[in-house]
Amino acid sequence: MIGKFIKSAGWPRIIIAAFLLGLFIAAPFVGVNIYTSFNNTLVRFGMNGIMVLAMIPMVQAGCGLNFGLPLGIIAGLLGATLSIELNTQILEWLVKFGTQYKYLSFLSQEFVTAYRQPIGFASAIIIAIPIAAVLGWFYGKLLNRVKGDEMMIATYVGFSSVSFMCIAWLLLPYKHPTMVWGYAGRGLRTTISVEGYWLRILNDALAIDVNEHLRIPTGMLIFFAVTAVIVWIFMRTKTGTALTAVGSNPEFARASGVNVDRMRTISVVMSTILGAVGIIVYEQSFGFIQLYMGPFYMALPAVASILLGGASVNKASILNVIIGTFLFQGILTMTPSVFNSVFQTDMSEVIRLIVSNGMILYALTRKVRA
Amino acid sequence: MIRKFFDIVANNAVPAIFILISAFAIPLSGFSASYLVQELLTRIGRNSFLILSLLIPIMAGMGLNFGMVLGAMAGQIGLLFICDWGVVGIPGMVLACLIGTPIAIVLGIFCGHILNRAKGREMVTSYILGFFINGVYQMVVLYLMGWVIPITNPTLLLSRGYGVRNAVSLMGIRGVLDNLLPTVIAGTEGAKQFLNVNGANTYLLLQIPCLDGAIRLPLATFIIIALFCAFIIWFRKTKLGQDMRAIGQDQGVSHSSGIPVNRTRIIAIVISTVLACYGQIIYLQNMGTLNTYNSHDQAGMFSIAALLIGGASVSRASIANVFVGVILFHLMFIVAPMAGKNLIGEAQIGEYFRVFVSYGIIALALVLHAWKRNREREAARRSMRGDK
Repeated sequence: MIGKFIKSAGWPRIIIAAFLLGLFIAAPFVGVNIYTSFNNTLVRFGMNGIMVLAMIPMVQAGCGLNFGLPLGIIAGLLGATLSIELNTQILEWLVKFGTQYKYLSFLSQEFVTAYRQPIGFASAIIIAIPIAAVLGWFYGKLLNRVKGDEMMIATYVGFSSVSFMCIAWLLLPYKHPTMVWGYAGRGLRTTISVEGYWLRILNDALAIDVNEHLRIPTGMLIFFAVTAVIVWIFMRTKTGTALTAVGSNPEFARASGVNVDRMRTISVVMSTILGAVGIIVYEQSFGFIQLYMGPFYMALPAVASILLGGASVNKASILNVIIGTFLFQGILTMTPSVFNSVFQTDMSEVIRLIVSNGMILYALTRKVRA
Repeated sequence: MIRKFFDIVANNAVPAIFILISAFAIPLSGFSASYLVQELLTRIGRNSFLILSLLIPIMAGMGLNFGMVLGAMAGQIGLLFICDWGVVGIPGMVLACLIGTPIAIVLGIFCGHILNRAKGREMVTSYILGFFINGVYQMVVLYLMGWVIPITNPTLLLSRGYGVRNAVSLMGIRGVLDNLLPTVIAGTEGAKQFLNVNGANTYLLLQIPCLDGAIRLPLATFIIIALFCAFIIWFRKTKLGQDMRAIGQDQGVSHSSGIPVNRTRIIAIVISTVLACYGQIIYLQNMGTLNTYNSHDQAGMFSIAALLIGGASVSRASIANVFVGVILFHLMFIVAPMAGKNLIGEAQIGEYFRVFVSYGIIALALVLHAWKRNREREAARRSMRGDK
């Protein structure tokens, strides 16, 4: 019984879970507030959850772990920056629609002004999704041509798109004074605050204050849950089933009349869109849009999380996402606070490197069960 | 016919693109020829050895060894120790190599075993392994050095008493190999001036009248690189080298003909890791400063990018590719920021551009290789069915 459990969960996962449990137990004894820790873990879970969710479609379709997540993140960054750049125009358009069409008459000036923050957040997502879809479509076409080498190429597609966008952020004609460099009047800043636009818009929605240290970010958790349910339902539709079939056995899927390349493209597009939405959710909680080299290594924590949750290179479920994100973010929040109190030094960066990459290595070297 | 044309283009696309970029960027940058030649010679001496260390795993069919950063880290640990002990000059370099070698061998064996468990995705695995060992390296250097591992020199340590500083000066061994046999190539005027300043212990190798100024040649480094090239050529002809090439062609057939596949693959990685360790020591003796936590990262990426730019692919790389790659890649490296500044008025753009090119070129080379392999597989399948 126990042996079977260990075998199905895998040693690294058990060690890491035990490590996290140990940290939570040790926390009160070294003077770390358990509520604060739990609060941080919850917030970071919500922030990163959707980016981890983005791994599912590609893993299920047999495209491997999406190391090219930065491509989706770039779409999200474009959506976020454009939503701030065009904020006033968008609000004006909405009021205009409200006066033109009867059924949109609730879009009065007062309504738009009162809800300008949620509108800004929604517009960021609405702008980001088509960009992500287009980028993902090309990315999917590319990955179809390089079957067998997807992960390595995905990594470098991510890297080159991030470094290409470094040039673009400098040259794109953004004008908004809070976003461009003050002295030059052009070129986006490396970090842009979303304060006054949609800072903590999901975190604060319906938030429950348990005590002064613990505040449950209900809105963000609901947003994650809704996205997860959408993915869950999608994976059970006809397309989703076909997609899983392609991942399990491409030859069999082809023989039963499934268009393999099309399914793979759909999975990549979905993954990219989820990455774009994920980064916007991340930013509203974090408070800043990080441009330039910011998205560079963002794929690795997401990949490590889903693997930590029990996924393999070719099978992943929503449960893997939830468990994995919770474990991974838990370790990230707990190690600095506990280690700081015990050793007076911050080893979290090193532990993050070893845990996340060790987890990926473990998954890559495991024999794939046919 | 069309397919043949496509093959030629696909095989040489990357160097061709680079020659084109350079042809535009060199005049834009406004650098003089002698400056460019000087810079290139320095960089050939600095980087070739590291890049050459990638050749043997490619021969054994293991793709680009992203795990070469393991060797680089071993070399850096050797350098940290000689800095602490104050051993300078050529003895210092030799000692650093001697300390680095066993570490590199252990890491290489570890890497080889891991890669044997991940056949078919060696590249992504060795890439992640680089990150993983980087974490271990940081733990050792940042926490254990000065605490468990004795480091006594206070200039190496952080103010808190343990852990090594971010930047370590390697003044003791800076340029010792490059200047072991000081040699210049100079024009008539430049030669006179140069010999006046540097005294009689500099050899004048070549006198080219039309040249203005003098170009230093790191002759000793070049000799070591040449010896290493000779080693690779010799190695290919040995039994072990032939075994590796056979494994690179087909693991199944090699296994049936009695070649110990896994063992040979491990040896290939160990050789590559040890050579990368020496390569990193040569690289850092030229640079003169060690970025404790970054130097090795860049070593891997730049070496792989340079090799691919030289026209190598994931399964095929020659010594010529190494040198063409070093020249083309570093030519762009030197001219891109200036060209960017003169073209758009911002050096930052040139800076980002060369980062983009480094990554983009690796992506492009990987895509071209995978694409070609898949097309060949298709063609093989068609020919089995008897279609043309």
